[in-house]
Amino acid sequence: MIAEIGHFALVLALMVAIVQGTLPMAGAATGNQRWMAIGNHAAMAQFLLCAVSFGCLTYAFVVSDFSVMNVVQNSHSAKPMLYKVSGVWGNHEGSMLLWVLIMAIFGAAVAAFGHYLPPGLKARALSVQALVAVGFYLFILMTSNPFERVFPPAANGQDLNPLLQDPGLAFHPPFLYLGYVGFSMAFSFAIAALIEGRVDAAWARWVRPWTLAAWAFLTIGIALGSWWAYYELGWGGFWFWDPVENASFMPWLVGTALLHSCIVVEKRDTMKAWTVFLAILAFSFSLLGTFLVRSGVLTSVHAFATDPERGVFILMLLIIVIGGSLALYAWRAPQLKSTGVFQPISREGALLLNNLLMGTATAVVLLGTLYPLFIDAISNGLDKISVGPPFFNAVFIPLMVPMMVAMAIGPLLPWKRADLGRALRTLWLAGLMGIACALWALWWQDGHSPWGIVGIAAAAWLAFGAMSELAERIKLFRVPFSDAMRRLINQPRASWGMTLAHFGLALTIAGVTGAGAWRVESVQTMAPGDTVTVGGYEYRFKGAQDFTGPNYLATAAVFDVYKEGDFVVTLKPEKRVYTVRNFPTTEAGIHTLLSGDLYATVGDAKGDGSYVTRIYFNPLVVWMWIGSGFMVLGAVISLSDRRYRVGAPKRSRMTAAAAQPAE
Amino acid sequence: MKRKHKRLSFVLVAFCLLGSAAALMLTAFEENIVFFFSPTDIVEQQKGADDRRFRLGGLVEEGSVDRSGGETIAFRVTDISNFVPVQFTGILPDLFREGQGIVAEGRLVNGVFVADEVLAKHDETYMPPEVADALKKSGQWKASEPKTEY
Repeated sequence: MIAEIGHFALVLALMVAIVQGTLPMAGAATGNQRWMAIGNHAAMAQFLLCAVSFGCLTYAFVVSDFSVMNVVQNSHSAKPMLYKVSGVWGNHEGSMLLWVLIMAIFGAAVAAFGHYLPPGLKARALSVQALVAVGFYLFILMTSNPFERVFPPAANGQDLNPLLQDPGLAFHPPFLYLGYVGFSMAFSFAIAALIEGRVDAAWARWVRPWTLAAWAFLTIGIALGSWWAYYELGWGGFWFWDPVENASFMPWLVGTALLHSCIVVEKRDTMKAWTVFLAILAFSFSLLGTFLVRSGVLTSVHAFATDPERGVFILMLLIIVIGGSLALYAWRAPQLKSTGVFQPISREGALLLNNLLMGTATAVVLLGTLYPLFIDAISNGLDKISVGPPFFNAVFIPLMVPMMVAMAIGPLLPWKRADLGRALRTLWLAGLMGIACALWALWWQDGHSPWGIVGIAAAAWLAFGAMSELAERIKLFRVPFSDAMRRLINQPRASWGMTLAHFGLALTIAGVTGAGAWRVESVQTMAPGDTVTVGGYEYRFKGAQDFTGPNYLATAAVFDVYKEGDFVVTLKPEKRVYTVRNFPTTEAGIHTLLSGDLYATVGDAKGDGSYVTRIYFNPLVVWMWIGSGFMVLGAVISLSDRRYRVGAPKRSRMTAAAAQPAE
Repeated sequence: MKRKHKRLSFVLVAFCLLGSAAALMLTAFEENIVFFFSPTDIVEQQKGADDRRFRLGGLVEEGSVDRSGGETIAFRVTDISNFVPVQFTGILPDLFREGQGIVAEGRLVNGVFVADEVLAKHDETYMPPEVADALKKSGQWKASEPKTEY
């Protein structure tokens, strides 16, 4: 019964979405106020219906209702409660339901907090949002119904894929989807603006918080995903340039560009058409990502069972949404005229450079990801190739270096016209620290990784550059200290956000560089009592014992780790076999230090009590996730800035902006 | 600078960026593209004999896994018509099993494929598309292959 209610609520949500997608749009075109007002109520109704539907599926998972096919395939009565709940979105059908729920949440947020939006823009944005949702409702109801019954009911479930039974991955999909779907807001506002033929500072001020929120969620999602891959897959790596990873990385890159170009639209009234284009692109890449993951057209280590029929449906959706919006763009964008003038050396010039670099980086990732598909199609399936980490590292890293260099300088340039020499003089400390770190790396490493030296130098340059910029802004050491501190406290939160995010990226780059360039790996067979030294740490293998977990059997190995004779830590990597699916997993033993991670995994038993073991030293790797935390913190602080709070633009300002005709 | 000139300078910067990115990509493609071959390609067409890295895909032949060599494991990858002996040093991915579809990356050395990477999937019902195609090409694809949906 509960499952039927969920199914019915979803069908009703589709109906509401159809109404929301048409009437407010028509109302905005004909000036019919009552039709426009329907958008608000419809968005709320859609949200409630989706919540009911999602709640029903969650209930089926929580009570282990094995008459529902989806629960049978992805749950088990012995599974811990956290994973019963996360099992709801740990499968294709449920994750699509989560997608539409999040879409409905964003729509409802616009309806609830968008009092100050011009009514026409709001009605159109809500309509666009609903039209995209219609596609997804149809997709779920026609190809992937999560409420399908099975008769007779199964005695027990087939369990969730054990790799997904993990706290890191339990919350990875919701955050990723909050990010993906969050870009749908920028998309809807961009389409609405194209229909209206007007983009102004108020529009940018509206799009910015949504983009920033989506970007923050996506950052959390990607960071959680890489963290999970790092400790759960037992390969000691965190990023493999796999198509599925690239699929989440491309919207992030475009979203970053969009964040920065919104600032230019707001402050300088220029780059409008470009910003609208980026808003369309960011969501298009989110859809493309979903398509790549769900269709299985590319070989991916993260691929799960896929269904060609679904791939075709998403491809159609992709073509309609992206093709339609780009056609509209080509038709309407020339009307979006900019007034601001543009000097190359200026804040806006620096932000444009950011956009160019981000755009180029996205193009590189896109081509590298899709190239195997092109070759396959061109050669009629005869030539199959793969493009792996060496390609991406060879292209992406050189692109990131000018990015990092410019990133420290950009915030120091004032709007309109800037003096590059003056900005560079402020960065003397950053330059010095960059050189110092490069020399230190040159001395410390074995001398085989030029990119390691460049990466560390760039990270130091950016980190100290961000701090120098803050010091410059509060006039540290140039006014009395108490004055400087007062200025520090009174900094706008958006500037705090920028400083923190840039500083966070510097830490992330340091972590990626350390673990990428200087990782030490050692594979060997060890009997109890054997020792091996990796990265300056001595690992003493004490043996292994078997034990039984809630829904798995495990072998735990014990390593005592010493550094120069002093005991550091005991690592206990495990090898588990989840009994329901007879599915083995590796649980790495990890000890995190700021200087690097001690990382051990255990492999097959050799019968005589010895085991194959794999031990890594991953220098600086934890900085990557600390840096991601800083970036998210920066976004959150920036979001709390009164000027950008959702609904904050003052009524007087909005009406003033609305009163001005489109240029 | 006039407005037109400024715009021109931006266009130039953009072209320089895209151009250098394109140059980087072309050289990287040249060096880092990895071809995919099936056991039949290797045995019948002598593919992969030029000491370049490539990917080999197929099924792990039943009963072929030999773990007696310490951390070096030997097994055979087959597309039913032909097989290639494979050597891998290290810890195999969790889902490595006999009869499972896998993709390995490495070089052919004296007729033995020395892999430095064996790709794992997170899902036991997943079949890499290349492996599925290789099986289809060798005429061994059966409807009873691991189904994508229950």
